[in-house]
Amino acid sequence: MDWILAFLETVLFASLAPLLAGWIKWVKCRLQNRKAPSLVQPYRELAKLFRKQPVVADSASWLFEFAPYVVFASAVLSAAIVPFVAAHMPTSAIADIIVLVGFFALGRFFLALAGMDVGTAFGGMGSSREMTIASLAEPAMLMAVFTLAMSASTTNLSTAIDYVLNSGLVLRPSFIFALAGLLLVAVAETGRIPVDNPATHLELTMIHEAMILEYSGRHLAFIEWASQIRLMLYGVLIANIFLPWGIAHDFSPQEMGYGFLAIMAKLLVLGIILPVCETLFAKMRLFRVPEFLGFAYLLSLLGMLSHIILEVGN
Amino acid sequence: MDITQYTFYEQAILFIAALVVFTSFLMLAQRSLFGLIYVFAWQGLMVSMTTALSAYVTQFHHLYVSALITLVLKAILIPLMLHRLIIRLDIHREVETVLYPAYTMTAAAALVMFSYYVVLPIEQLSSLATRNTIAVSLAVVLLGMLLMISRRQAVTHVVGFMSIENGLFFAAVASTQGMPMVVELGIAFDVLVAAVLFGVFFFHIRSSIDSLDVDQLNRLSEVER
Repeated sequence: MDWILAFLETVLFASLAPLLAGWIKWVKCRLQNRKAPSLVQPYRELAKLFRKQPVVADSASWLFEFAPYVVFASAVLSAAIVPFVAAHMPTSAIADIIVLVGFFALGRFFLALAGMDVGTAFGGMGSSREMTIASLAEPAMLMAVFTLAMSASTTNLSTAIDYVLNSGLVLRPSFIFALAGLLLVAVAETGRIPVDNPATHLELTMIHEAMILEYSGRHLAFIEWASQIRLMLYGVLIANIFLPWGIAHDFSPQEMGYGFLAIMAKLLVLGIILPVCETLFAKMRLFRVPEFLGFAYLLSLLGMLSHIILEVGN
Repeated sequence: MDITQYTFYEQAILFIAALVVFTSFLMLAQRSLFGLIYVFAWQGLMVSMTTALSAYVTQFHHLYVSALITLVLKAILIPLMLHRLIIRLDIHREVETVLYPAYTMTAAAALVMFSYYVVLPIEQLSSLATRNTIAVSLAVVLLGMLLMISRRQAVTHVVGFMSIENGLFFAAVASTQGMPMVVELGIAFDVLVAAVLFGVFFFHIRSSIDSLDVDQLNRLSEVER
């Protein structure tokens, strides 16, 4: 029964991810005084891509067709790990947050390989940029995660959420630094402004788009969907770890209903904050990105240090 | 003692103490002089806030006076004076090059850890809730020194010096509930006078070497070689 619920939750997660992308796009359009597309536009685009015939270049190897499935599978598996509506799902018990970072890395690795596979200049350029960013973002993310793990003495997400809930409203400097670091990492990893612009195909600046330039049809649909899931993953991770209030603890319909409403409300708010930040900032030069991520790492490191220095008694 | 056992105000002290270190890091990364001074003003404001909070927690009322002096001097008066000086010296468009930013940041993080290990035995002697922040204040002192070492602009050196003073004041508040009022007033006026003297000194440096880059003071002879 629990496994069925976990499965249903993952399906719900994956099916709501395009809606979050649509919501963010809607808010952003309204902020910039443009007429917004409908909230279900991402679903329509995915459906259109699934109907179209994929075109594969002659020089592509098996890896090129294989990669979208790996990327999508790793995104869905990470969605299963992160507590979404309820904590203590059986799926979250078998994998901890380090596995989650590993899944992110797996998807990114295959996407970068696929970008280089066809042999076009853009693909290779995008892959090299993506890897540069990833190699800087991953330590920052791990450091933020370790800060959390040291406070809660666990790397399991559900147990960590329990710990935060049980200790009540505590003003922890380490959590606030880790949250700030994780937010910056999330911006970089999901390819939003100011690191990457998801809405453009400008040659000089694109990162994520450059890697998937050769994809079409259902392959592209899987990659797009996976990146929407990944955006939502970061949102859920940040909302549920640092503000876990409202998450369901048993699997009764009432608790689950409240948990669902709570996470939807949190994502709604995050989906307003992100476009506001994107509207306020301009995209930065590519060579400024290492500084940006160095700052994220510094924040996470300060989180760790302030945990050790200020929060632990001796 | 774990942070969950502290009261909310004590948690707030610890939180602002962490922010004080953060401002020290920001100063190290800051390139523009105005940005540096704004961050310095924020640091003064935070130090004054922690002082006021520990006055509230411990019910030592003389600390409110210290908090007020810090607020007026470090967060308003000295930043304002430096701000006007920069405009009068016409160097507000100058962007300082930070040499080896990555190494500086790594060194800064290492200094924070070092000050934690140094202070560990001292913290055992204190019974105050704020004793954990002694390491933070030592870190602020060391980071101020690092700021002075790693930069060449004379204004930056003054800000680094003032930031060291912030750290020392913070240490006094955190470990012993503040210094006697006479000492405190003396230091406050010393700092103010120092700021004024530095201002005069800037003009002298500039008129003699035509720049505020202290690296040019290495040359002894006045003849260009």
